[in-house]
Amino acid sequence: MKERLSREAIAMRIAKELFDGAVVNLGIGIPTMVSSFVPEGMTIIYHSENGMLGFGSVLSADEVEEKADIDLVNAGGQYVRPKPGMSFFHHADSFAMVRGGHLDVAVLGAIEVTDCGDLANWMFPGRGVGNIGGGMDLAFNTKKVIVAMEHTTKDGRPKIVKKCCVPLTAERCVDLIVTDIAVIDVTYQGLVLKEYAPGWTVDDIQALTEPELKAAPDLKEIELL
Amino acid sequence: MLNKVFESFDAAVADIPDGATIMIGNFAGPGGTPFYLIQALRRQGARNLTIVANTAGGIGLTLDYDDHRILFQNKQVKKVIASFPFSTSASKPTEAEKQILSGEVELEIVPQGTLSERIRAGGAGIPAFYTPTGAGTIMEQGKERRIFDGRPCLLEHALKADYAFVRAYKADRAGNLVYRGTQRQFNPIMATAAKTTIAEVDETVETGHLDPEAIVTPGIFVNRIVQITQDPGFRRHLENSFWAKRE
Repeated sequence: MKERLSREAIAMRIAKELFDGAVVNLGIGIPTMVSSFVPEGMTIIYHSENGMLGFGSVLSADEVEEKADIDLVNAGGQYVRPKPGMSFFHHADSFAMVRGGHLDVAVLGAIEVTDCGDLANWMFPGRGVGNIGGGMDLAFNTKKVIVAMEHTTKDGRPKIVKKCCVPLTAERCVDLIVTDIAVIDVTYQGLVLKEYAPGWTVDDIQALTEPELKAAPDLKEIELL
Repeated sequence: MLNKVFESFDAAVADIPDGATIMIGNFAGPGGTPFYLIQALRRQGARNLTIVANTAGGIGLTLDYDDHRILFQNKQVKKVIASFPFSTSASKPTEAEKQILSGEVELEIVPQGTLSERIRAGGAGIPAFYTPTGAGTIMEQGKERRIFDGRPCLLEHALKADYAFVRAYKADRAGNLVYRGTQRQFNPIMATAAKTTIAEVDETVETGHLDPEAIVTPGIFVNRIVQITQDPGFRRHLENSFWAKRE
């Protein structure tokens, strides 16, 4: 029986890529959920485009009434908790951090990714319009770019492709792809399948992936914890 | 004595002519958006405006509120320079989106870091700069490309404005500003890049009552100040936020 990881489980798997003291920017959607799965005791310094570093977790729905403050929001507009050691700064400084290469990890959503690590994630499919936001700067300039996404589109087409059909966010920027069925390293030799969801074979995953996958020597089932 | 405080938002925007370029502080949510100035500009009615802001208004990420979307609704805008111009929901297109797609409004879409640096450069007297962001994408169209340290980069030009609408927390009469939390975002850089900067603040204090070490926007960048008198009713905790006590 082939299982697909939930969006939360994708976020859990990505949380394992973070390390103590890492400066991390999380995009909207699955990436935002990653912060919920960081192990106790590990300090992650979150960066938000709107000029905030080292803030606390997102408020839960029942905390909003009492604690929410419109002057303490992340880039997705969610209310967050203040945290000792946090800092505020203006937008140009915020992107000096990004462009200057001071961020360790960016977790971004994707519409398409190629085996070269090209990323397309800003043009809404079918709408002919899109928001670039901070994604282009993050994709171009962060030390490690992790893509979090479903492996295929809603109608079952591969999202990992040989060439992006929609406008690019950045060329050759993606380091790791985590989907609902696989964990894939983007290397100079192409895509390396490192982990598979329960019940999936290399052939199953290859059938839903346009470029060729190489199985890693230590290929294993995805471990979330 | 130097006193930049205006009595009303209407008075502060009265001289804005048709065709002006206006920068407006704005990000996800109402914090840091000078919406009383925006409302005054709507009443004032200047047209053919170029708006420089992160969004084109009304993107509805969290709260639904009147930001500069009302300037599009009132057909006052001819061009918008933004990084996040569209609604995230296909079923709820913004007024700006409709006008952009119909060709009524011209859109210049800019990556957010490039947008903020172009504004910073405008305020700092830097006419243009190279950035790696956007090389090899559609951002490259019409731009000079040059390789630095093996990396392709694009030449991006500074942005300046006739007016900047900024939102801050406190001002003194000399125009020094401090901000509160993520309210800061584009506001401090926009304050530097306009001929006339108008600040909308929660509180105005006597000159000398802000800690010089804590001032984020020095008063030379601010021409007019208007204090908010009517609580807009958004969630804030001015009384107990530990970071609000710094000044």
